[in-house]
Amino acid sequence: MSSYRYQHYPFSTPPELSGSATRRRPVTIVGAGPVGLSCAIDLAQHGIPTVVLDDNDVVSVGSRAICWAKRTLEIFDRLGVGERMVAKGVTWQVGRVYHRNRELYRFDLLPEGGHRMPAFINLQQYYVEEYLVERALEFPALIDLRWKNRVTGVDARGDGVEVSVETPAGSYRLESDWLIAADGSASTVRASLGLEFQGRTFEEKFLIVDVRIDADYPSDRRFWFQPDFDPGQSVLIHRQPDNVFRIDFQLGWDADAEAAREPARALERVRRVVGPGVNCEFEWCSVYTFRCARLAHFVAGRVLFAGDSAHVVSPFGARGGNGGIQDADNLCWKLALVVRGEAPGSLLASYDRERGFGADENIVNSARTTTFMTPKTAAERHLRDGVLSLAPRFPFARALVNSGRLSRPCALTGFPGFAADSGTVAGPMLPGVPCADAPLEDVDGRATWLLKHVGGGPTALVFCDVGPGAAGVARAHAANPIPDLRVVVICKQGREVPGATTLVDRDGIASARYGGAPGVTYLIRPDQHVLGRWSQWDPDALRTTWRNYLWGAGE
Amino acid sequence: MTELRHDDGFDGGGDAFYEQLIAAHSGLSDQASGALNARLVLLLANHVGDGRVLAEALRAAREGLDIGGDPPGSHL
Repeated sequence: MSSYRYQHYPFSTPPELSGSATRRRPVTIVGAGPVGLSCAIDLAQHGIPTVVLDDNDVVSVGSRAICWAKRTLEIFDRLGVGERMVAKGVTWQVGRVYHRNRELYRFDLLPEGGHRMPAFINLQQYYVEEYLVERALEFPALIDLRWKNRVTGVDARGDGVEVSVETPAGSYRLESDWLIAADGSASTVRASLGLEFQGRTFEEKFLIVDVRIDADYPSDRRFWFQPDFDPGQSVLIHRQPDNVFRIDFQLGWDADAEAAREPARALERVRRVVGPGVNCEFEWCSVYTFRCARLAHFVAGRVLFAGDSAHVVSPFGARGGNGGIQDADNLCWKLALVVRGEAPGSLLASYDRERGFGADENIVNSARTTTFMTPKTAAERHLRDGVLSLAPRFPFARALVNSGRLSRPCALTGFPGFAADSGTVAGPMLPGVPCADAPLEDVDGRATWLLKHVGGGPTALVFCDVGPGAAGVARAHAANPIPDLRVVVICKQGREVPGATTLVDRDGIASARYGGAPGVTYLIRPDQHVLGRWSQWDPDALRTTWRNYLWGAGE
Repeated sequence: MTELRHDDGFDGGGDAFYEQLIAAHSGLSDQASGALNARLVLLLANHVGDGRVLAEALRAAREGLDIGGDPPGSHL
């Protein structure tokens, strides 16, 4: 059984039941999974208090989401837990795809250097949640984390939301201005509001097993179509920390799920993968059928859906957990501005639109993978097997072999509210894309990274040589085009610029990635997406772009 | 002189094409799917036109017919 030691977080009687005065809260979050906890931490970093309700008192039972993509790690880093995740996780970037016993090809997910975060880590969801819980506990004045508080009903009104909550000490009602539903694919909140998923179910069963193996297998993602060692259609192996391996077996639609999930049976199957004489211990297993589905809208009045409550995908491509963390990243800075009265509620329509797009992208990709893996008719099988048989010889066929198109950051190029690109700045960092990382130094020569210095609030990123350009930036900054604007100056040579964070681009990587000629200025959203870019520092452009996004993106 | 393309000719759109191809077969009997494939081959062959390329494609397709097996002499 699981080698992870589950800690039971303490239940304490909520103030609503202990006679203290109850009051309406700005934000309630339902669900203390990766998405709900990320939302609580992000909002706390913006100074917004939350109540987090979770029906359980332990972290994830079973490893569940295990593959965390670079963009997610960058978001976790902004939330203060990225380094811990990477230190514990198994880093990987190479995927290897086999047909029968033969390797068809391998792919490298991070072919270029100069990024702080790896392409992927594998880390069991229970560790991710544990680290997020510990981070959340660092905000005792802002995050009210309530274990064993089960939401049983939701009463959504025009100006707020009231939830009914059941606890070991009794039931109570909690009122808030906003509610984030991060309560997973079987969301109680979604059901209470009578909202339904639309999408499709794939007629296929997958057995997912975690085993501890005393062997030093590679960290690469390995995927077999029609493996010689298993009667199923495909096998996928991921290495996790603590010598735990995740193995996905594609069983076929007619398989006996009950029999397959029998631990002894599952272990027997694993033994055929790892070979004789290797000691393996059973940790956890489950049988799944996959759906690709979503809500039509992620915003329902004052209720905001994030993560699996809003959309579900099949797991090949690691687009579920990573998509959910990107939801939190997109949502929380907007909600913080709305709660503080610095932006209209209509700004949240941009969350619905942008993350709806992200969800569609994830659904399209994971549905294509699942279709390729599960041919339903003789014709589909002929085509699929045709691709596999041509793959050894033809690169075009290898490109069609689809064992998972792994989670990529979602680019919002062309979405409403982003500044039109002037065309005067070189490079691919168009308005709408998430910022690329780059190695930098501070003025004292200490190594740092670009993404450490952008985001949280709005950021202006200004490139210059040295001297008057930078001084000009500082003077213009005094005009304060945007409230709480952080100004980050990237120079070729170090000299502290008053009123700005000054960083030195010794290797020229940041300047190359950002088309950073002297004067080039980027306006970056709190979630590290480029909102606009110009060839010169232009406080009017910054001010107008920020205001247009806050007041116009929801139209 | 044109050679049969081995590299990715879909310009990154391979997955989308495959999705369309599967969708085109949706709801068809095996026999109808076979007919669809035959018509598709004829349309595309006519579009290619070049006899050398078509001959090479026919050879390559025939060599790979041992489904799931290794096409001869093609190890990476």
